[in-house]
Amino acid sequence: MTKSKFTRRRVLRGMFNGCATTVALPLLDCFLDNKGTAFASGEPLPARFGTWFWGLGMDQQIFVPKKVGADYDLPEQIASLRDVRKHVNVYTGFDVLTDGRPNLCHYTGWVAVRTGEAPLGNGRYPGASLDVLVSDVVGTNSRYRSLQVAATGNPRSSQSFRSSEAVNPADVSAVELYQRIFGPEFQDPNSPVFKPDPRIMTRKSALSTVMEQSADLRKTLGKADQSRLDEYFTSVRALEDRLSLQLQKPPPAEACVLPSKIEKDLPLGLAAEMVANRHNLLTDILVMALACNQTRVFSMMYSDAQALTTKPGNPRPHHPATHEDLRDPVLGYQLDSAWLITRAMESWAYFVGALAKVKEGDGTLLDHSLVLAHSDCQLAQVHSLQAVPLMTAGSAGGRLKTGLHVTGQGTPATRVSLTALQAMGVKVDAWGANSMRTSRAVGEVTI
Amino acid sequence: MKKPVLWGAAFALLLAGVAPLAGKTVPEPKLGDVSPMMRLITSEQYVNTLQSIFGAGLEYRVQFAPIQRVDGLLAVGATSTVMTSGAFDQFDSAARSIAAQVVDARRRDFLLPCKPAKQNAADDTCAGAFLGGTGRLLFRRSLTSDELGAYVHIAHDSAEAAHDFYTGLSNALTSLLVAPEFLYATQPITKAGNELKLTSYAKATRASLLLWNAYPDEDLLAAAESGALNTSADLARQVDRMLNSPKLEQGVRNFFDDMLVFEDFDTLSKDGTFYPAFTTKVRVDAKEQTLRTIIDHVVSQNRDYRDLFTTRKTFLTLDLGSIYGVPVRTDTAWTPYEFPPDSPRAGILTHASFLALHSHPARSSATRRGKALRELFLCQKVPPPPPNVNFGALEDPKSPFHTTRERVNFHLQNPVCAGCHRIMDPIGLALENFDGAGQYRTTEQGAAIDASGTLDGASFKDVAGLSKALHDHPQLPRCLVRRMTSYALGRTLNKDDDGWLQYADGQFSTSGYRVKDLLRTIATSPSFYAASVKADQ
Repeated sequence: MTKSKFTRRRVLRGMFNGCATTVALPLLDCFLDNKGTAFASGEPLPARFGTWFWGLGMDQQIFVPKKVGADYDLPEQIASLRDVRKHVNVYTGFDVLTDGRPNLCHYTGWVAVRTGEAPLGNGRYPGASLDVLVSDVVGTNSRYRSLQVAATGNPRSSQSFRSSEAVNPADVSAVELYQRIFGPEFQDPNSPVFKPDPRIMTRKSALSTVMEQSADLRKTLGKADQSRLDEYFTSVRALEDRLSLQLQKPPPAEACVLPSKIEKDLPLGLAAEMVANRHNLLTDILVMALACNQTRVFSMMYSDAQALTTKPGNPRPHHPATHEDLRDPVLGYQLDSAWLITRAMESWAYFVGALAKVKEGDGTLLDHSLVLAHSDCQLAQVHSLQAVPLMTAGSAGGRLKTGLHVTGQGTPATRVSLTALQAMGVKVDAWGANSMRTSRAVGEVTI
Repeated sequence: MKKPVLWGAAFALLLAGVAPLAGKTVPEPKLGDVSPMMRLITSEQYVNTLQSIFGAGLEYRVQFAPIQRVDGLLAVGATSTVMTSGAFDQFDSAARSIAAQVVDARRRDFLLPCKPAKQNAADDTCAGAFLGGTGRLLFRRSLTSDELGAYVHIAHDSAEAAHDFYTGLSNALTSLLVAPEFLYATQPITKAGNELKLTSYAKATRASLLLWNAYPDEDLLAAAESGALNTSADLARQVDRMLNSPKLEQGVRNFFDDMLVFEDFDTLSKDGTFYPAFTTKVRVDAKEQTLRTIIDHVVSQNRDYRDLFTTRKTFLTLDLGSIYGVPVRTDTAWTPYEFPPDSPRAGILTHASFLALHSHPARSSATRRGKALRELFLCQKVPPPPPNVNFGALEDPKSPFHTTRERVNFHLQNPVCAGCHRIMDPIGLALENFDGAGQYRTTEQGAAIDASGTLDGASFKDVAGLSKALHDHPQLPRCLVRRMTSYALGRTLNKDDDGWLQYADGQFSTSGYRVKDLLRTIATSPSFYAASVKADQ
């Protein structure tokens, strides 16, 4: 690489001496270090973080691999992970502990995994969700701090929040998600031509004026409303920051390919096949948003915690089916519910595969990502919080081992959350509250 | 000996809302917490307000981030919700779309009060005329000269940069539309003698949001500006004007939309193999049918609120006709319709909206319907289900359940479940003659449906009996009073409000349960405009 005629200095000098706004700047190898995992400046390729959620747990008879460690077996319910197993860690036997707080059905489990604490009531969050903590560290330098996407069709499907009152809205329409990311304001990072749009400058200065003008409003408000106004200002500044970024030439992104335009949304409906189609369509847009550096943090919801996905022929959607269907006397689980979880795992495999398909540096987009997937309970019929299923995919840029089955032996599920937070560079030695507080990352997967 | 009799009489009079002491007016009780609230504008308020400024000709494609429902109402969530970055993006993009349409070459001549001296340059006079007038309606008060100067400055700078007056104006209008003064209805306070109260402008905004679900119009702002909202007679005059305005419909509509949790219609879907008649059009029409029926009943006809649960009058479309099994004439979109006396349909409980919304995608749900009836119409809270239930009885393959009644009776065999299901299921079972799409049926899987049940001591044989029992339930009007008061204030009620609420119960009863009178009671109450300062201010 040292033999290359191009040097970083030469290209950079060209940029400053010539017309910086129209210089061609492909991601040449000389910009990468010898391993291809970092920019030559030492700055690593951006690591991405996301969550992937499915509701209503799993059936341990056909979900939990018998073998612990590498090359774990793939029982029927997770057989779809076949092609991506080497990228996926499966965590079984990690519990959610409530310390005497109520087990709020299909709520306590996922809230505790994401906030480190069992909630006190429905609709209440004890703190920020972990994706928000990660976005505070890695999300500030991309166009969007985070994206929330749901295959449920319901804009209320969001598990990303700073507090109970500050829930990040979800995109459920592929047309609108496409428009937001790749619409007229998208700047192709690989375009040979860069021309800052003067209208962006004007918008930015108008926003500053609005903020200056409304500073006095604060004085007329009580404390709680003052802090709400401050949150408003923070959100306006986030838009200003995004506009500033658009005034600079975006860094190249070799894997970025503008996806074809989405003209029409898929029809409303929760039949398993419709959910999968919607999930896959949204996944394809989201993956390109990541590859094109439009965001580094995301949340994907395949289904709500009380999933209403339906299996053809069963009049009961998934959640009522978990409570009303008979268990198969021989197999010991509810067949239709198990079938629906198996469909969810197929979509999870699709999601991991979609990230793994995108080449980036010397690896793939998945290698530079970490995705935490989990559910809200183990056995939905009784809302059990022991052994809530969790998985991770990707190594967060080489910071975690992959392809392992780890058993938690009843230790708190927050150990997996803590492992993810630390891998993503969140400075935290211990995380969670009460019995869920832990300083023990999952040693089997950390490097 | 006479004392108890007198007190009893006085109490009865008090309940009826009449002052118990002849010749003396008893002061209206006060509401509890009257500290100011900062309320985020909702999608509907945004559209209603901008439509009254710029007309219905623009495309208002607005769907802002969902607001959390708090204590049964989105209106309560709107006073605590926090603007996230994602939510602000949606306001920003709506603002830019609307501003671009306002200055569009096809519209500018009739939406703007003036033309610029030169189209390719700034014109501060013309910009100021437009921004001052529009800003006043958006901020619900005149802009200060500093503010106006700043927004004209935005227009000036970007007009110069783009060599286009209208681009500049569009940027300045966008800025007004994302300013917190527009997006948040705050409630500034003023001091009158020793008493704190809302400013006239804040009063105007409160009344307007309650009655019109929109910001004040020019008349109301002018009244606020001239001090014509300060006496109770003047205030009453304005409230009456608002109650008689066609805009009352959008206000009442929004209240019931909120109270009935109708945003769930946005994601309602039915399994087409079980309910082929329940199309997307039916979904949209079913919600509209109930809202139309309510508006006609409580606004246009000004009838007793309780009769909503027994009235046979409604409106239908061709598509809804297939759900109701009724032939509908095709020449008009909505046709008034009255179910015949022998029809099982009477009252909004028997509308497809209630029946389908509180069902599963492929079957009915007695539990969901019973829960909805208690929570929505009687303001009762049904506790969440216990997490660990023994489903042993359901596991028995020898006891197949034909009907919903057989299935839900299982709840009653388990004492942990029975406590709550006993108050939900018997109500819902009375609606079992309607399937998950709201279609009438007499059997389920070959077994005859038994629709008898009880509601808090009142027994009935069928759905008509349930509707009558709900109509006569003393909690029905009281629930509406509480819901509407909470909606008006944007906060959860507490025991300090009891005195005022009992007073309002009395007023509502005296009026014969007229919703417009209840709105008047709230909108003319001194308590509704009172203000206090929290310790932290």
